[in-house]
Amino acid sequence: MLNQQGRGGMWVALCFEFASSWIERKEVFLSNLEMESDCSKNEETCPQLLDLIPQEREWYTKRKDGKIHLSSEEKKLELRLGPPGGDDNWSIKLNAKNNRERDEPVISLGYLSSMNNNGKQAPKFPSPEDHHHPVGSVLSPSWTKTHHHDHQQLTNPPFLQFPSTPHQSLPVTAKESSQSCCTKAVNMNAEEKPFSPTANTVAPPNTSLKRSAPGPVVGWPPIRSFRKNLATSSSSKPASEPPHKAANEKKGAEPSAKFVKINMDGVPIGRKVDLKAYDSYEKLSAAVDELFRGLLAAQRDSCAGGIVKKVEEEKTITGLLDGSGEYTLVYEDNEGDRMLVGDVPWHMFVSTVQRLRVLKSSELSALSLGSSRQGKIPA
Amino acid sequence: MFWGSRKTIDMNYFPDEVLEHVFDFITSHKDRNSVSLVCKSWYKIEKYSRQRVFLGNCYSISPERLIARFPGLKSLILKGKPHFADFNLVPDDWGGFLYPWIKAMAKSRIGLEELRLKRMVVSDESLELLSESFPNFKSLVLVSCEGFTTDGLAAIAANCRFLRELDLQENEVEDHRGYWLSCFPGSCTSLVSLNFACLKGEINLASLERLVARSPNLKSLRLNRAVPFDTLQRLLIRAPQLVDLGTGSYIHDPSSEAYNKLKAAIQNCNSIRSLSGFLEVAPCCMPAIYPICENLTFLNLSYAAGLQSNELTRLIHHCRKLQRLWILDCIGDKGLGVVASTCKELQELRVFPSDPFDAGNAAVTEEGLVLVSEGCPKLNSLLYFCQQMTNAALITVAKNCTNFIRFRLCILDPIKPDPVTNQPLDEGFGAIVRSCKGLKRLSLSGLLTDQVFYYIGMYAKKLEMLSIAFAGNSDKGMLYVLNGCKKLRKLEIRDCPFGDTALLEDMGKYETMRSLWMSTCEVTLGACKVLAKKMPSLNVEIINESEQTEFNLDDRQKVDKMYLYRTLVGHRKDAPEFVWLL
Repeated sequence: MLNQQGRGGMWVALCFEFASSWIERKEVFLSNLEMESDCSKNEETCPQLLDLIPQEREWYTKRKDGKIHLSSEEKKLELRLGPPGGDDNWSIKLNAKNNRERDEPVISLGYLSSMNNNGKQAPKFPSPEDHHHPVGSVLSPSWTKTHHHDHQQLTNPPFLQFPSTPHQSLPVTAKESSQSCCTKAVNMNAEEKPFSPTANTVAPPNTSLKRSAPGPVVGWPPIRSFRKNLATSSSSKPASEPPHKAANEKKGAEPSAKFVKINMDGVPIGRKVDLKAYDSYEKLSAAVDELFRGLLAAQRDSCAGGIVKKVEEEKTITGLLDGSGEYTLVYEDNEGDRMLVGDVPWHMFVSTVQRLRVLKSSELSALSLGSSRQGKIPA
Repeated sequence: MFWGSRKTIDMNYFPDEVLEHVFDFITSHKDRNSVSLVCKSWYKIEKYSRQRVFLGNCYSISPERLIARFPGLKSLILKGKPHFADFNLVPDDWGGFLYPWIKAMAKSRIGLEELRLKRMVVSDESLELLSESFPNFKSLVLVSCEGFTTDGLAAIAANCRFLRELDLQENEVEDHRGYWLSCFPGSCTSLVSLNFACLKGEINLASLERLVARSPNLKSLRLNRAVPFDTLQRLLIRAPQLVDLGTGSYIHDPSSEAYNKLKAAIQNCNSIRSLSGFLEVAPCCMPAIYPICENLTFLNLSYAAGLQSNELTRLIHHCRKLQRLWILDCIGDKGLGVVASTCKELQELRVFPSDPFDAGNAAVTEEGLVLVSEGCPKLNSLLYFCQQMTNAALITVAKNCTNFIRFRLCILDPIKPDPVTNQPLDEGFGAIVRSCKGLKRLSLSGLLTDQVFYYIGMYAKKLEMLSIAFAGNSDKGMLYVLNGCKKLRKLEIRDCPFGDTALLEDMGKYETMRSLWMSTCEVTLGACKVLAKKMPSLNVEIINESEQTEFNLDDRQKVDKMYLYRTLVGHRKDAPEFVWLL
């Protein structure tokens, strides 16, 4: 009963219907992606991305002169997946390309193409077959990695400049190989040292600064504030308990830090201070002054019409403890009351304070304070 | 198949009501999302029948659009600030405000019944509006939120007539003392779960007792520090049906009448499966709870700083059915050995540092972890703060436990190598990712080079969340991860030498992820601007806490904190001054 034409027509109509709603579907898909629970277990379809973990491919970088070679410095940074002194213990599947490694070594990851001055892109490195974009994700492998950094900086468009030292773009080579090699690497015991010593001892120049000092670091260890003051806030054992060995005893003893939040009127960004770093109110006051002086000046700047003066007269914040300054230091104790700082002995203060505030002295009388000095604050 | 008129085709489909009934059986968010993509008709049916929605990032979509899409919304989960906000890396007023959501839902007369929030800023106004706008509101769960006081809680207590659940976990709450509890009207008898352990202030104890007495359905009760031993005993007498108990202060004289009464009361509580609290504790009182230990499946002693290793192990000896254990590191390696030999059903272990800033003194090392891995083959979730870790130990753990879904290791000294071999921990973590094929969440620490990321990219195919700190040597590390981890949704990086090349290599990848956090890395302002310009579907935000307020800084300058996330609604309108939206 159907003629071919009708059937074809119906197909077309249906296709149009779906095609016209493609944009909607894409939106729905994208918004659905946001609504996936963290506990999802099913396979998720996502755009196939470039697989830059090479199995049998190599990665090349083209220098400005088109040649590829490994400088002696780069050789030192080569990470190898074999024991030092050779890779004959490893069944690395090398294809013909990899065998040329001595001459054209595997260098860095990443797509590289040379970019000439008018911005045209040279043909790119061959991409894996399964590379497609179901949701229009943008894959733009067009960054030039140059080793002639100084030259390039003048000619490349500004967004291609990587402002770090040339060493940062220095490729660290890895003998990329098939999975069987990695399997072996992982199965080894620690004693067999899968890496050549150089890889472990060479510290790339741009990383040493940040990672050298394991002193008190902001946000480390990664635990919530609730856990930080645990030792201070829990009560110690009752007197009837026999003393325990030293190893355990220190748990109830002095904790080494107490961080409390501190906010200042007029400054949107709060800070945290470690009260254990000070031993008196005066030192705390000085620290507060230091913390906020700059921020306060910056705030005044921004309020003054957005014209930035790099060097702004920074006023010292004084009189925090006696009500004589523009600002006064108050705190919240472990019962939730707001108190003026300075009334109780320092140690008692440290053990009960939960939070600090630097308020405008003029606004103090408007607040309910639990301190006996309440009536004496100058307006 | 018939290709006749449209009417013929429609008759071959099920009527909407039947489809809706079928969809009712599909509960996972992911599956329902898939259903909605099949065709227009299914999209419509799914849209109107959807009641539960999860939004991992509250800025990915606007309240109005959410409501328009799911007018039948009843249960909403929202997450706000980036995860590192928990560790003070995000300034307070960054964002994540609840109020606009409540306002929009109230205006559209959404029949909200459940709200679960994480890392959001919740004002008293929003709680008040919530309590007044949704007559059937039943459940409020706030995790790691802030911005409200007990006045907001009072509004919830007073106005939500059918409230079943009020669960406050580790929130920063300004405590105006305990009158809020008295705001539950005498007619409120519906409570099933009440958790106020994170509140710091006093509680009206008499109100609490009366509330518990008139709540026959109460299954979960977690008290705060201000609730003393005596009250606990009286509460237990009134609520022997409890399944989940969190004690407040647990200090008394074991020879007293009150202690004996508590012992008796607890023995009557046959249903308790989950125990926590002990915010203040006298070890000599612990034996009172031994009778209920044999049925416990969840034990959380991570706030019980007053308990030492021998007390902890004595307790654990009784807990043979434990599935989840949260504990402080004062249990020590030997104590973990007791856990290993006793708790054969253990699935989740969290060991927290009792002295976080004194790295040299953490009481657990790799030995404890190895013991647990040997004794507890069902272990699938780990959070472990320790003094040191070795590759050999990690390799052993990987062999013993292949079921890890979550593996979070925190060595207190962030760049500590294997102390035995002085090597980075690449091989150890490599073993973990290779062996645990179902790994979804991983946090790294210790001395680590690019090699560990090579392994992660190669093997961690199901990985969804990765946290990195002080690790790697070059951009390659980050690239390995971005390219290899196909399922990656959240990546958070701090203090690593990853820079512009890695960031910009594959910009489309970020559209497949929820968010990326990079702080104190090598990323420059210029690169962030490029990324923002090329990817309109991403919000690239810079958090700038320095004194410089001028926007047009040198593009070569490194940014301190960058947070980017995909979104359907462009720049958010509520960003504070120190957040630059590129």
